[in-house]
Amino acid sequence: MDIQFTEEQELLRSSVQRLLRDQYDFETRRKVVASEDGFSRAQWGAFAELGLLAAPFSEDAGGLGGGPLSTMIIMHEFGRHLVVEPFVETVVLAGGLIEHLGTPEQRQSFIPGIIDGAKIWALAWTERASRFDFANVATKARREGGNYVLNGEKTMVIAAPWADYLIVSARTSGDDRDRGGVSLFVVDRRATGIDLQSFKTIDGRRAAEISLREVRGQLLGGEGEGVAALEASRDRAIGALCAEAVGAIGELNAATLDYSKTRKQFGTTIGSFQVLQHRMVDMFIAHQEALSLMQHLSLNLSAGDPGLSRLASGAKSKIGYAAKFVADQSVQLHGGMGMTDELNVGHYFKRISSINIQFGDPAFHVLRYAQLDAAA
Amino acid sequence: MELNLSREDAAFRDEVRTFIAENYPAEMRVPNPETDLTKEQSLLWHRILHKKGWIAPLWPKEHGGPGWSVTQRFIFERETSRAGTLPPLAFSVTMVGPVIYTFGNEAQKQKFLPRILSGEDWWCQGYSEPGSGSDLATVRTKAVRDGDHYIVNGHKTWTTLAQHADWIFCLVRTDPNAKPQSGISFLLIDMTSPGVTVRPIITIDGSHEVNDVFLEDVRVPIENLVGEENKGWTYAKFLLGNERTSMAGIGRSTRYIGKLKQIVKAEIPVDDPAHLEFLRDIARIELDVLALEATELRVVAQMARGMDPGPAASLFKIRGTEIFQNITELTHRAIGNFGLAIREHPVSANRFMPGPDYSHTASEKYLNARKLSIYGGSNEIQRNIIAKAVLGL
Repeated sequence: MDIQFTEEQELLRSSVQRLLRDQYDFETRRKVVASEDGFSRAQWGAFAELGLLAAPFSEDAGGLGGGPLSTMIIMHEFGRHLVVEPFVETVVLAGGLIEHLGTPEQRQSFIPGIIDGAKIWALAWTERASRFDFANVATKARREGGNYVLNGEKTMVIAAPWADYLIVSARTSGDDRDRGGVSLFVVDRRATGIDLQSFKTIDGRRAAEISLREVRGQLLGGEGEGVAALEASRDRAIGALCAEAVGAIGELNAATLDYSKTRKQFGTTIGSFQVLQHRMVDMFIAHQEALSLMQHLSLNLSAGDPGLSRLASGAKSKIGYAAKFVADQSVQLHGGMGMTDELNVGHYFKRISSINIQFGDPAFHVLRYAQLDAAA
Repeated sequence: MELNLSREDAAFRDEVRTFIAENYPAEMRVPNPETDLTKEQSLLWHRILHKKGWIAPLWPKEHGGPGWSVTQRFIFERETSRAGTLPPLAFSVTMVGPVIYTFGNEAQKQKFLPRILSGEDWWCQGYSEPGSGSDLATVRTKAVRDGDHYIVNGHKTWTTLAQHADWIFCLVRTDPNAKPQSGISFLLIDMTSPGVTVRPIITIDGSHEVNDVFLEDVRVPIENLVGEENKGWTYAKFLLGNERTSMAGIGRSTRYIGKLKQIVKAEIPVDDPAHLEFLRDIARIELDVLALEATELRVVAQMARGMDPGPAASLFKIRGTEIFQNITELTHRAIGNFGLAIREHPVSANRFMPGPDYSHTASEKYLNARKLSIYGGSNEIQRNIIAKAVLGL
């Protein structure tokens, strides 16, 4: 089941590789992360120019029709370079929701701005009490004429400080944990009544707490269809995040193997110690399995298989545990150096920690995998 | 687990508890005492313990120790760690102090011991080098005799809190031709000496705890040599044994498990299946702690009967660090999405941090705890020690 890339896919991969190799070395990234904005608009523009922001969209929507496989190819390379720019948030999450749920007018007014790099988006679904549950929403939306007015608090919204638009989940009916009463809204991030408190995330990105007071928003998709839409969106995001994690795993394994062959203690390279050899074999196996599962998931996402959502949870869990194991051991085998901010190993560790939290940790998803089986 | 204490020991335990409750400085109760206190603040408790005569439980009475029994020392350690007091600087009190009173000369004892006890001198440890981590015997920092001085050149690394230090105790090579372990000496170096440079190393949690220390033509008076020239390895091993005994960390783990339970209660509704999973995971860690604590008590009882604990220190180091890593990891998971945030350094109350107070240090502690299985002799090295010394492999 090894994916044979088409000529177009190979071209996409090699062009992303070339761009990142030339423009996204670790020191450049460090400067961007430390800058006031925390990301690079110029880099985002370069992604747009290369067509990366258009790649997954259907041709109908003005994209290149590359689908989930193009996302996988891009995110795998982004994972290798620890790219901080909000591709998942803007293209995969917001772009996917607009493409799948939007009216023709909404698609026309928003997708071109994503594709040409002019507009950045963030998805505001998490709340103080929501944990990983899309249905646990206290933010309220009420209808006023043709529009809606939103009130509430969203928390830990990744990329919000960079965003021009937000997609916000809010309750249009039902109680706080009622699945059927959640709807999605497009909100201008600079609209009156929105207040952001920004902060840095563990993996060097920016996020914000968002307060909404009488904020105007337009409905995206049908009223009460928010949870189902978010679940489908999460499946696509999992495909992207898994590919990113696999890219990071590969880099960690390469760095650790290399270090074990050069670092000498007790008169020999540490790679000659059997206990460390076996550890690195297990890291290699973890990478192979994660890579295979990543491909399997992306093929299923492309085909839109019925058991897709369960598989997505399974992959999020299995790849999450694999990534955690590799990250832990990479720091351990690098010794004190693995603990430093200076070396890239710790930064992969932190990105993997972040991926493992987003949309539910590996324990959450293995349970969901089991529950969906029991329910079938 | 409670000790079966004699009446005297029980009274001592109560005395320690009361003393902590009445005297531990409120301003030291910050979110993360290891990173959030100034040098002066972190010495407050040290000075209080010194005044009370309790600063150096391990030290013999003649050098300023309290003259406690093994059991009393254990009770004190347990009560202070349970109460979450910041331990006195280990490099001073636990490490270099015992080396000086065991192997140092009279003049050195007179000069250094009182200042260690009072907190006047802050010590750091010059052991690791870029090429010498687990394999410490290969240290390359050179000390060459020049009249009444050694001229020291080298690069020490992972030096904890060197930015505050007045003195550094160093392993230096004095005989380049001898076998690695045989040519090392134990030298005390004044951090204000010309040629000493400290450079911060920022770790993955964003904090500045460790440093590089560069030594360039540093002139060290020969009276700062501890014991005999080229016998430093013996003293170094003696000191590392001291470092590892305190690593079971039962009190700390118990305290963090308590906090974790509160977090799980606040964050995860009982009807969420994750709630039961967390309860089970926490219970497993509690059993790990219980078993380690029982092992520690068994070893303490053996020591009280005069038996040599042998490589028990390696066992405590391995399990103590693994358990604490598990606790910090589970805590980081328990706070869910808030685990994406991390405090920026230098820490300031003015900087916005999302989420409830109890979540604010979870990320940094999770990241920082990765060091535990690496430092003080990596856990791989500790396993080698047990394999060799206990199992005879």
